[in-house]
This record gives sequence, C-alpha cells and structure tokens, in this order.
Amino acid sequence: MLTKRIIPCLDIRDGETVKGVNFVNIRSAGDPVALGKAYAEQGADELVFLDITATVEERSTFVELVKDIALNVNIPFTVGGGVSTEKHVSSLLDAGADKITINSAAVKEPGLIDRLAKNFGSQCVVLAIDTKYADFEWTVYVHGGRKPTGINTMKWAKEAVDRGAGEILLTSMNHDGTKNGFALDITSTLSEALPIPVIASGGAGTCDHFVDVFTKGKADAALAASIFHFGEIPIPTLKQYLHEHNITVRL
Amino acid sequence: MKIAIIKYNAGNIHSVRLALQREGIEPLVTDDPDQIQNADKVIFPGVGEASTAMDYLKQNGLDQIITNLTQPFLGICLGLQLMCAHSEENDTECLGIFDNQIKKFPPKDKVPHMGWNTISNLSNGLFKGIKNGSYVYFVHSFYAELSETMIAQTEYILPYASALQKDNYYAVQFHPEKSGKVGAQILRNFLDL
Repeated sequence: MLTKRIIPCLDIRDGETVKGVNFVNIRSAGDPVALGKAYAEQGADELVFLDITATVEERSTFVELVKDIALNVNIPFTVGGGVSTEKHVSSLLDAGADKITINSAAVKEPGLIDRLAKNFGSQCVVLAIDTKYADFEWTVYVHGGRKPTGINTMKWAKEAVDRGAGEILLTSMNHDGTKNGFALDITSTLSEALPIPVIASGGAGTCDHFVDVFTKGKADAALAASIFHFGEIPIPTLKQYLHEHNITVRL
Repeated sequence: MKIAIIKYNAGNIHSVRLALQREGIEPLVTDDPDQIQNADKVIFPGVGEASTAMDYLKQNGLDQIITNLTQPFLGICLGLQLMCAHSEENDTECLGIFDNQIKKFPPKDKVPHMGWNTISNLSNGLFKGIKNGSYVYFVHSFYAELSETMIAQTEYILPYASALQKDNYYAVQFHPEKSGKVGAQILRNFLDL
C-alpha cells in the first residue's frame, strides 16, 4: 500500500540552514547535506530545501549545494524558493533535484506551470500555495505570505492541476508557526477534490497533529520544520506512532 | 567494472549516475554503440514520455543495440516500460524484450502513483537480501501487466508487475537510486550479477 509521507523542510541561506538545528551526532548543525543525510537515515520519506536568499550570487551557491545534496542523499528531494524561470528550473533539475516548487511566479504568470510541466514533466512540478482564512474564505497569498491576491485557494489549485502541476504543497498561514495542528478543513477539501497529491504544511506540534492531518485532513504527505530540527519529535518516534494509529508509513 | 548508462532524451540519468558514485563506481554516460556494447553492465534509466523516447532511440540506432546485448542490463522506470511490447502512452510500439503491455492506471485514485510502496513476490537474485514487503520509491502513471517474467509485484489501484526479468534483461518500475538503503542494495545486487 502507498504510504503517507513525512517531509522535513530545511530553509537555506547562503549554503547553510537558517534556523538553529538541534540534532544529535551532527558536527555542523548548519550543514544542509549532513542534515539531509541524517534525516534520510532516520526515515524521512522526502526532503524539501528552500532557498530563502535574495541575490543572484547566492542563487548560484544554492545550485552548487543542490549538487552536493544529490550526491549524498538517497531519497527524493524537492528544492524551491524564488523559482521563476524555466532556466532556473533546468539548472536545479540538472544539479540533481527531483522536484521543484513554484509559488509567487506561478500566480503572477500561470503559464509557467504549463511550460514547466511540458518541458520537465508534471511529476517534478510542485505548486506551493500559501493560504489564509479570512472573511469566510481561503485565499492565496504571495511573496512569502506578505501580499494577498484575493484568489480563491480551491480555484487556484484546480487551475494549477489543469495546467499540469504534479503536487500541491499547501501552507496555512493561520496555522504556520502555531504548533496547534494543521489546517484540516482546507487540506481535506483540496485533497478530496484534486487528482494529485496534497502535502500539508504549517502547524505541526504533536504526533496527534500528524494523525489528524492524514485521517481527517486526507493529506498525502505532511511537511514540518522546527519540530524535527529541534528534535522535539524524532522521525522514528513519529512514524512508529502513526503506525500504531493504523496509518500506513514506511518503517 | 565498466558500467554504461545509456544517454538519451529522458530525465533521471544524473540521479542514477550519482547513486553509482555512492557505491564507488564512476559510470560512463554514453550513447556510443561501441561503449555500450563493450560495457560489463548496462543501465537504461528514464523519466519521460514513451513515444518521444522511442523516436529518439530509433533515430540513433539504439533500439537495435539494446535488444542485442548479452551482458546484464537494467531498465529503470520508463526504461522498464520501453523494454515491453507496447505502451498505451501515445500508442507506442516499444522494444519488445518483454511481452508485457504497458497500460495507464484507471483514475480510481490519484495518478501518478507517487511515493513509497511495497514490493512482494520477490523471486530473483536482483532482490537478494531484500525482504518481501520492503518499501521503494515510485513515480509513474503507466504500469506493466502481471506476467510470467515478473520478479516483483506491487499494488496500487490494481496489482501489477513492478520488476521483470528475462535472460540478461532486468527491469524495475521503481527508482532504486532514490529508494534509500533498500534501493542501494538492489543496485549493488545488480552490480554483483
């Protein structure tokens, strides 16, 4: 049976992980390659590396880092952060990334999704959606959640699927950083309506939150950062817990 | 040991090369017939669309080369599908090493089949040391029907052949290069054949 996936997310700035990472047995806590390897060995199902740098010079540092990750990590990994052109995508995939995420650039120019799907295949095009619930509606935000678009989240997700997106990475801004659980309603609404996998993100604080997002939230995968980085919930502990709650995971 | 990875217009060639480098082997990525024929083992990876890939293989004479090799040969993902008789993906005649038909998953669940799933009914040296029910990583929308040449089975929407073998030809639908320790063991087993 196809498993639910657990995905740690690492924010990268100038070749180093940004948030302090509290990990046993890692000498350089800021080294994304060492962290990625450690997560893979602990049983992470995929990894996401987000480049949060702004300048062009730092972007090329990130491409070099992707090469190093690809050589050392033996599970699939996705990269993203400011991806806006086919050339940029091509350089990341050539460096060895399995998938890329696009966000603001796709909202600005939806045809980008079509072109990426056609040129590189839907399987590597992950559409990241930052969404917020306000005034009785879930809508899409861009530029790191700073700018509202007014676009209905379900409408955008469906359009993205029609254009060739292969997965949706859904982050609820209402929940992100709260550690009070994932946004179960919008996640299940999207996951049941769409013919592609939905990765839930934002709000993970306990093992039960993951149980909820896979059962009530119908998510195909769940992404989290700080609870893994700070060792609050080790991945083997989480997966064992999910297994005991009848959720299919790779142990 | 000389390992050739067949270079053609499909993705994931780099990730297979990197997986071999992790095993201490520097493979040759090539579309040169002599280099492919003289390799000790040949790997035929691929992520992409069947008809475009077949057109490319034919235009470059690689279809004849591939079907006449005698050394151990491993197709991965699209590689497996191209080694079968026919694919429903754009109604493509394939290499015909295996008699299997490649069909599209019925849309009863999310397609592509993406993520970690089990392999069972393992019955070949390629899976030496691998337990039935081990997890490997899949990304595909088309599948090979069950057959006598099947050496591993997986269930998604329906049961299908996730690995095939006939004579020197081996093929896996999943990605050993992305399947953690299990995948690395399968690649090592192939290198040891």
